[in-house]
Amino acid sequence: MVKDFDKVLVIGCKGCVTVCNVGGAKEVGVLASLLRIAANKNGKTMDVGAATLERQCDPEYIEEVKDIIGEYDAVVSIACGVGPQFLSERYPQSRIFPGLNTKFMGGAVEHGVWSERCAGCGTCVVHYFGGLCPIARCSKSLLNGPCGGSSGGKCEISKEVDCIWDLIVRKLMEQGRLDELRQFRPPKDWRTARDGGPRKMIREELAI
Amino acid sequence: MSEYKSGSNLERVLKGGHFAFTGECGPPQGANVEKLREKARHLKGMVDAVNVTDNQTAVVRMSSWAASLILLKEGLEPNFQMVCRDRNRLAMQSDILGVYAHGIRNMLCLSGDHQKFGNHPQAKNVYDIDSMQLIHAVKTMRDEGKFLNGEQIDEPPKLFIGAACNPFADPFEFRVYRLAKKIEAGADFIQTQCIYNMDKFREFMKRVVDMGLHEKCYILAGVTPMKSVGMARYMAKQVPGMDVPDSLIKRLQGAGKGKVAEEGIKFAVEQIEEFKEMEGVAGVHLMAIEWEHRVPEIAERAGMLPRPKV
Repeated sequence: MVKDFDKVLVIGCKGCVTVCNVGGAKEVGVLASLLRIAANKNGKTMDVGAATLERQCDPEYIEEVKDIIGEYDAVVSIACGVGPQFLSERYPQSRIFPGLNTKFMGGAVEHGVWSERCAGCGTCVVHYFGGLCPIARCSKSLLNGPCGGSSGGKCEISKEVDCIWDLIVRKLMEQGRLDELRQFRPPKDWRTARDGGPRKMIREELAI
Repeated sequence: MSEYKSGSNLERVLKGGHFAFTGECGPPQGANVEKLREKARHLKGMVDAVNVTDNQTAVVRMSSWAASLILLKEGLEPNFQMVCRDRNRLAMQSDILGVYAHGIRNMLCLSGDHQKFGNHPQAKNVYDIDSMQLIHAVKTMRDEGKFLNGEQIDEPPKLFIGAACNPFADPFEFRVYRLAKKIEAGADFIQTQCIYNMDKFREFMKRVVDMGLHEKCYILAGVTPMKSVGMARYMAKQVPGMDVPDSLIKRLQGAGKGKVAEEGIKFAVEQIEEFKEMEGVAGVHLMAIEWEHRVPEIAERAGMLPRPKV
């Protein structure tokens, strides 16, 4: 992405990406070194700068690079997908590149292993399903029980993927809550999800 | 006619108390109408209705409604399949109106295999609604004359509503309740996954009968004859939710060279004979995958001919 640029600024974020070990100060340092080494290998010198902002999802902190960003030909943000966009919006003259692929909202189920939990559909339903989300965790987002591909607790798409419906069913049956599973769940209103268009939230009490 | 929900041949056969026999036909991977007509010719007069699959295993084929119309012209009764993977609720409802307008009277509502299995794994899937909600939507359209949004339909589509059931998927204990849920949502008939593990199916049907589900809905047992030992092994290992006992694989192996297909058909015929006697089973759904030309022989040997004229 940036091999043809002479001056590159790598910007990290101290928020979620630091916790996930992909976009904090440490990773900024590693990426900056890698870029320099790669440039050397190609017989050129790259001037790589580094910065790690408090957060890249807040204009206040995006301001922190205003005095230096203009010196660089390219900027690599290793925040989540919000970062490159906040930077692009604030610094329209700069060429901003994403250094990370933002994958999902999830958590660390063990050291070094993250797993998806939320699809951000805008209307939480986990209380109907034993606290587990079939929207995010069923490959087909089924709301009325497991499909015919559930086998040995695994999803039909891969033996590496748990069938969330298997877990939901077992949990509720053990708790004697089978009746809840037998209830028909009507079609979901997807307007609160991404299907309703790009989303925005306004909280009057916080607005200045 | 008024006592019928759709008046389809399949509905009349079942309501007439006959043991139903349905077939299946996968549309071509192209616009080869002649190939489809040839498949249809093998099935004509042999079965009460023919399932027309909807991009099965997530492989792109001629659309199920278009292939259904071709079968209709050939004098067969289609059972139009629709999966939730490829269409949102707008497309589903408009296709339902469309197929009904063209004379289709049976419909099978399915979730659909995940696109990962197919030939366009890069695709975005839809799953706006699930198979349960689709069943309910078709029933609401038919019986209340209403779209999913509650608005009135000027002429409601009258379809005989089918659903699938896989007694061999997990968790087993929940499968009968899921079936009950589909019936409550509006399924008039059920076609099961291919059955190979007869012990497990007997146990499943016992639960179905204990809950009285067979009195609320017609259950057709799924049969797919094994063509080869390789096919049996593939189904046992590679197809999720398929239960092929080792004893069957051994039986096919024991048949000897050149006789495996015959043994597969023999097993299928034995199964059909047992289903005829099994409490709660109202018919058989024969899925002879790319083996349509063997259907007449299987139908004959299983004593399913002639088909009732109702």
